Amino acid sequence: MAITVRIPTPLRKLTNNEELVEINASNVGEAINELQSRYPGIQERLVDESGEIRRFVNVYVNEEDIRFLQNKETALKDNDEISIIPAIAGG
Amino acid sequence: MTTENGYMKALKCRECGREYPLTANHVCEYDFGPLEVAYDYDLIRKSFNRKTIESRAQSMWRYRELLPVATEPTVGLQVGHTPLIKADRLAKRLGIRELWIKNDTVNYPTLSFKDRVVSVALSRSKELGYKTVACASTGNLANSVAANAASAGLRAFVFIPADLEQGKIVNSLVYGPEVIGIKGHYDEVNRLCAEIAGKYGWAFVNVNMRPYYAEGSKSMGFEIAEQMGWKLPQHTVVPMASGSLLTKIHKSYQEFAKLGIVESSGYKIHGAQASGCSPITVAHKAGLDFFKPVKPDTIAKSLAIGTPADGFYALKVMKETQGHGDDVTDDEIREGIRLLAEYEGIFAETAGGVTVGVAKKLIANGRIPKDDSAVLCITGNGLKTLDAVVGHVGNTKEIRPSLREFEALLSAEEKASA
Repeated sequence: MAITVRIPTPLRKLTNNEELVEINASNVGEAINELQSRYPGIQERLVDESGEIRRFVNVYVNEEDIRFLQNKETALKDNDEISIIPAIAGG
Repeated sequence: MTTENGYMKALKCRECGREYPLTANHVCEYDFGPLEVAYDYDLIRKSFNRKTIESRAQSMWRYRELLPVATEPTVGLQVGHTPLIKADRLAKRLGIRELWIKNDTVNYPTLSFKDRVVSVALSRSKELGYKTVACASTGNLANSVAANAASAGLRAFVFIPADLEQGKIVNSLVYGPEVIGIKGHYDEVNRLCAEIAGKYGWAFVNVNMRPYYAEGSKSMGFEIAEQMGWKLPQHTVVPMASGSLLTKIHKSYQEFAKLGIVESSGYKIHGAQASGCSPITVAHKAGLDFFKPVKPDTIAKSLAIGTPADGFYALKVMKETQGHGDDVTDDEIREGIRLLAEYEGIFAETAGGVTVGVAKKLIANGRIPKDDSAVLCITGNGLKTLDAVVGHVGNTKEIRPSLREFEALLSAEEKASA
């Protein structure tokens, strides 16, 4: 399943400045693993020691915060778009 | 006396402590932690004291050493130094010995505390060479960015939820910025702006300029301490949207104590939210150190942030200072607005109703002891959120221009109240 991932500025050093990355994954957790295999080091930026998504990382699937969905288990389908966005903004 | 960065040393990640240059950047690339301005306190200590502060003009910039600009500020020189009012009538009504209102409903130029943060953000943006500024806003920030950018000759883009109060929309449009209404709630505006900020080379005051911007809120705390007679208040009640103001008031008290400008004393900082958007107070009451995002549904639109950026740190401050967090319903918010208006003659926007409502609750349940002294941070003007109170504050009594009708009205009223 082709999923598009939007890479935020702070991580683009790891993706050779790619802003949009296409991957195959059936849920968000898999998508992170897939990113890691392609861009080693990216996983630890997104996930803490206990395997949870970091406190200051917000992940959206098709514009919805995955905390309103099934977190890392949120299922993905063809053409879905994942956005990774620093939580520290606004207010 | 100062280096090219003034009294600032670096941007520093609050989580891992990694340091970054003083550019427009808000996120640590290792753990996404927030970057915060680190100061050279040893240098500041040499020349910054009560006397230097008192010798300066009455604006937020009298605390300039503790605000993040490298040279002299260029935007918003008249912002701040709003009145701190001893609210004896409201104190009696709420049942507390001493109550103070920090009245940012009359902050200059756009009648909310946001002029403080924008003054810093735009001064710093100009230092860094930006010509276009932008923000994601629930209204007050949009007003302030629009006005201050206009006077500074900067181009401005303001992004707001499309369904904001009329007053807040008109109060942005009039200054001539690009006003983009997003069909969605604030958290969606915010997410979009984070993406736009990554793509366009603009100074987004609360995205890539956020480390500087947020520091502007400290001026509210500095002023409170100075206006209390160089003392920290026992209790400070602060409304929370992102939670940033609350954390920065805490920081301002700590900095003044650290520099010996006030005596370090035990103070409590309490957070106030609307029940229709209370991720931080709900987590606080449950004893959690993290919050669960919510979808906001409240008349307090200026506080309607369901994914508060500083929620984690706000929880920490309330815990560390042994403060409390609570929230109030829409009806309690309107009651809070009326109490402040009827007892102190101050017309606050919905966020002010939240603060008064929560203070009332905390005094009633003894979390703020009745023999103590409290300061309420009132952050925005009621003229901007008329929609929230129309129909809830009574109606005019219409008569023809006749003395007979007036006297009939008066005697009917006297009978009714007898």
